[in-house]
Amino acid sequence: MKKSNTIYVKLKEFYWKNEKHFISALIAILVSLYFLNLNQYFYRVLTMICLYSILALSLNIVLGYTGRLSLGHAAFYSIGAYVSAIMQVRYNIDFFIALILGVIIAGFFGFLLGLTTMRLSGSYLAITTIGFLEVIRMVLLSWESVTNGAFGIQNIPRPKFFGYELTTANGGIYLLALVALIASVYFSAALNDSKLGRNLRAIKNDDFATTMMGVNTNRYKVIAFTISGAMAGLAGTIFASMNRYIDPNTFNFDTSMLIVCICILGGMGSIKGQLLGALLLVSFPEILRSFALYRFVVYGLILLVMMRFRPQGLLGSLSTRPYKFPRGVKVKEEGIGGEPL
Amino acid sequence: MSLLEIKNLTKNFKGLVALDNVSIHVEEGEIVSIIGPNGAGKTTLFNLLTGVYPVTQGEIVFRGQRIENKSPQKIVQTGIARTFQNIRLFKEMRVIENVLVGDSNNINYSFIDLVFKTKRYRNAERESTQKAMDILESIGLAQYASYYAQNLPYGLQRRLEIARAIATGTSFLILDEPAAGMNPQETEDLMNFIKDLKGKGYTILLIEHDMNVVMNISDRIYVLDYGKLIATGLPHEIATHPKVIEAYLGQEGDEE
Repeated sequence: MKKSNTIYVKLKEFYWKNEKHFISALIAILVSLYFLNLNQYFYRVLTMICLYSILALSLNIVLGYTGRLSLGHAAFYSIGAYVSAIMQVRYNIDFFIALILGVIIAGFFGFLLGLTTMRLSGSYLAITTIGFLEVIRMVLLSWESVTNGAFGIQNIPRPKFFGYELTTANGGIYLLALVALIASVYFSAALNDSKLGRNLRAIKNDDFATTMMGVNTNRYKVIAFTISGAMAGLAGTIFASMNRYIDPNTFNFDTSMLIVCICILGGMGSIKGQLLGALLLVSFPEILRSFALYRFVVYGLILLVMMRFRPQGLLGSLSTRPYKFPRGVKVKEEGIGGEPL
Repeated sequence: MSLLEIKNLTKNFKGLVALDNVSIHVEEGEIVSIIGPNGAGKTTLFNLLTGVYPVTQGEIVFRGQRIENKSPQKIVQTGIARTFQNIRLFKEMRVIENVLVGDSNNINYSFIDLVFKTKRYRNAERESTQKAMDILESIGLAQYASYYAQNLPYGLQRRLEIARAIATGTSFLILDEPAAGMNPQETEDLMNFIKDLKGKGYTILLIEHDMNVVMNISDRIYVLDYGKLIATGLPHEIATHPKVIEAYLGQEGDEE
């Protein structure tokens, strides 16, 4: 028992030492999938995994770092998708500019939701975010002159990158989603190690104590929602271009719940966890397609077992890795930290 | 002029008078204790000082600035930092991160700096972390920097709370029952630690129940009972003050 334990520890240490190489290798593998010319179905699933990873990372900032549950993340997803689709279809704006607009506007709605909910917490916050989702959905349904109502928006153009058309079939959309995912992972990691991330995590740990340290917690809660909304909007813009058709029912409460499930299954606060969670929960229904009837049973069962035996999620436990000091910090004592547990 | 001057402070919670016309002053470099039976209004006083509640009446002047009814953020910026009666650390964060959160108001970089990890960002993070490490080293927690706060022994958690308060950049600390729940050895260590802080130039306002601690380290003591100041003076004066003995032990012939 003890021996296997030390092997496990050694493996972990090996990973920490060579993390950069591991990450580069993983990225290389994921990029190489693009050159393999897989079939369209496979690319579509891969793209969805990337998009849900981004969505989960986005929720992770609010739920994982700040400890505030949002059940309305599908709303930001839909705002990103709609803004980008409308800009492209109606105004013939280039995809990449539409993408930026989608991100900004989704972020703005995140800001609004953050502003209105900054004094709420727990179930009150969760209910308000559901309300927000429904309001956005209703607006999309009823504002026919802009959103085309229940018919949705069709024939969303394929994005072009310097004349090269990105489609699901040629893997271009997958590559696009992958780049967006890598950017999101980088950003989440940078955020986590910064003052912003620390203050968000402090809010999750103890809101009152954070206030008493002179941190304007309300401001940080709004920032968290803004960033989170923008990230979910990013996923939405790419989704619109992949699917080429969106309607208000594409983004419903189930979508929100799936994002929450990914975040919890993967492990709140863990970036790797979000990726693993998205991989499992998005590919799962595809693998079990032949048992479509029992899909949700298995799904529910997994979450139930998780909650009982590993409530912190697959990768959500506190890392035993020594703290990474910024370069140039003089640390006098030897073996600082050691095993943090 | 005193460092902190509380003048005729009154706080009502609806009908209940939690603090009644209390005046306290603290000079630079002193250790001042506030004692009193449970419910005497000590923690209320601290909460007014740190901006948790608005005051009903009276003035709080710190370094010549009126601070009553200001937000906790503003008050921390003027230089008051506190610890809590029940330890309120960021449990699932590293020891060093706890201190860094305390220092967060002194870290300046923009969102863009963060995203691109500019030189400004790296310098600010490095300086802040160095400062946090220096604080941890000066209070003997450096070897635990990488630990999660929840895994520290109780006595060290108390110290970490003080370290976090120091990191806000203050030289005036208010400690809410730092010795609560400590064993005699831990209490002894804490007393020496607080004396050391005084030696380093910190001014300390303290709520404490442990009479051993109070009598040993205080320069002056205030006694509160039912929201009123009933006595003030040097430790040995307070120990023999009839009103204090009455408040703590009851009046002679009180039993009926």
